[in-house]
Amino acid sequence: MADTVVRSARKQAPAPGAPKGVGRLPRAAVHHPWWFALPAIVVFAGFFLVPNLLNFYYPFTNWSSYHPDIAFTGLDNFTTIADDGTLVRAIRTTLLYALLAAVFQNAFGLVLALLLEDDTRFNRFFRAVFFLPVLISALATGYVFQALLDQDGAVNSTLGTDIPWLGSTTWTLVIVTLVHGWKWMGLSMLIYLAGLKGIPGDMLEAARMDGAGPWRTFWSVRWPMLAPALTFNVTTALIGSMNTFDIVQATTGGGPAASTEVFNIYMFRIFGQGLYAQASAMSLVLFLIVVAVAIPLVIGLRRREQLL
Amino acid sequence: MWRYGRPALVVLLAGLAVGVPLWLVLVTSAKPQAEAIEPNLDPPAHWQPGANYEDAVAQGEMLRGLLNSLLVVVPSVVLVLILGAGAAWVFARRKSRLVSAAYALCISGLLLPPAVITIVMELRQLGLAGTRPGMIAVYTGMYLSTSIFFMTGFIRAIPMELEEAARIDGAKPLRIFARIVLPLLRPVIATATIMVMLYAWSDIFYAFFVLGGGDRATLPLNLYKVASAQLYLNNWHLVFAYVVVMSLPMVAVFLVGQRKIVSGITSGAVK
Repeated sequence: MADTVVRSARKQAPAPGAPKGVGRLPRAAVHHPWWFALPAIVVFAGFFLVPNLLNFYYPFTNWSSYHPDIAFTGLDNFTTIADDGTLVRAIRTTLLYALLAAVFQNAFGLVLALLLEDDTRFNRFFRAVFFLPVLISALATGYVFQALLDQDGAVNSTLGTDIPWLGSTTWTLVIVTLVHGWKWMGLSMLIYLAGLKGIPGDMLEAARMDGAGPWRTFWSVRWPMLAPALTFNVTTALIGSMNTFDIVQATTGGGPAASTEVFNIYMFRIFGQGLYAQASAMSLVLFLIVVAVAIPLVIGLRRREQLL
Repeated sequence: MWRYGRPALVVLLAGLAVGVPLWLVLVTSAKPQAEAIEPNLDPPAHWQPGANYEDAVAQGEMLRGLLNSLLVVVPSVVLVLILGAGAAWVFARRKSRLVSAAYALCISGLLLPPAVITIVMELRQLGLAGTRPGMIAVYTGMYLSTSIFFMTGFIRAIPMELEEAARIDGAKPLRIFARIVLPLLRPVIATATIMVMLYAWSDIFYAFFVLGGGDRATLPLNLYKVASAQLYLNNWHLVFAYVVVMSLPMVAVFLVGQRKIVSGITSGAVK
């Protein structure tokens, strides 16, 4: 019965002037109706897209806890953050943070994946060990490393040194990105492991037959074959770490001397002072920078993958 | 040489990179305050884990934080999974320009940062600022992209014949979705669950803007409060007792679903 309905629907679909009802609708609309997707689209649009659209309006107003009414003020907020130097500093700090964090996270992840590649019980156990930091909240991670790296923290007391790990305006940013890389290395490791597993065995066999050593095999066969894993890892790490907050807040709070004040730390601080529109201006800049970085990155990495 | 060198290196790395921080957390959470003021790797001279965890529960309002966290994280995860699966099914099976545009828009959240400041404004206008439904809506909107992305890729790999067979038997879309598609999605549901849970459970940034520090504060917000009091109280022992309790649920979830989680994360990423 239903069978015939489906068949006749299929046949009648292209026919002009077909009778009303099911037969007139294209097959897909009957079998996979839009209303299955609608709730997700509505929630996503309402609580993700709309705020991002509003973020193109509020930065140009005087919205704050000091004004009862919101009025349009043009570029005031942007000139304020540009003039006091926070804008350039935040852009520089955030991009540097993202770059270093992505490098460390990927380097650690790749090394771990190569070390733990074979599927033994020993390796499976240690994969779980290195995945542990992923499960611990970034805020908690930050506190752990604050306790380790404080001037009277555990590292200095163990080594007998007196180094202000979190007190340097130059090096603290690097140390915080190392912590970021530490927290997420387990995730990169898993994805690189999957990439390594996806390399066909006969390809490696062929390389060995041709007399390639482990080093040569890695650079000529395995590394190029890891392209999809690399794409995913680099994109997510780079874009994700531009949106960083917890680790920096818990280790340095943006200091010393604002040298680690990334976008989200700035927004958090300024929002706390009630300067909503100004925080929103920074949020718009973050949005634009992420878009500017993400689009060429995704296109470039996709193209690189297809070359292979 | 490398046969023994490699495991030795792995053990050394694990000990230094994961063992040391973990040891620090565990011993400090068992020390009396006087010993914990300057955190170090010495074992406690006087063990008092019980008292510290009790204090963390009492002073850190841990139970209320736990309840608050559960009340926003669980509904968010459920909504992300159900709404995401419905959308992914349509996106994976239908082919038209409109569908691909809707799909692209819905996964844009994977890369774009949420506009957290204007979310607050919107929630105020909707009367949802500082409420759990508001927080749930924000998490759901934010993490839908992740689940839609993973699930769409997964459904595309499921043969259409399975659905067609059921359709020939007279099943309507809702029935096919509930009886055929959802059960097949189990592995990817496990992945999406852990990813969303992990993000939402750990989140303090969005919770700070949406919920603030009041009665509805989640566990991370409480931890932040405990640790901020640190400046004049020096209570590392409480901070780390809190860290342990907050991390345990995620570790437990991971251990239970480990195999599925790992296979799900990796198959979604490398395809």
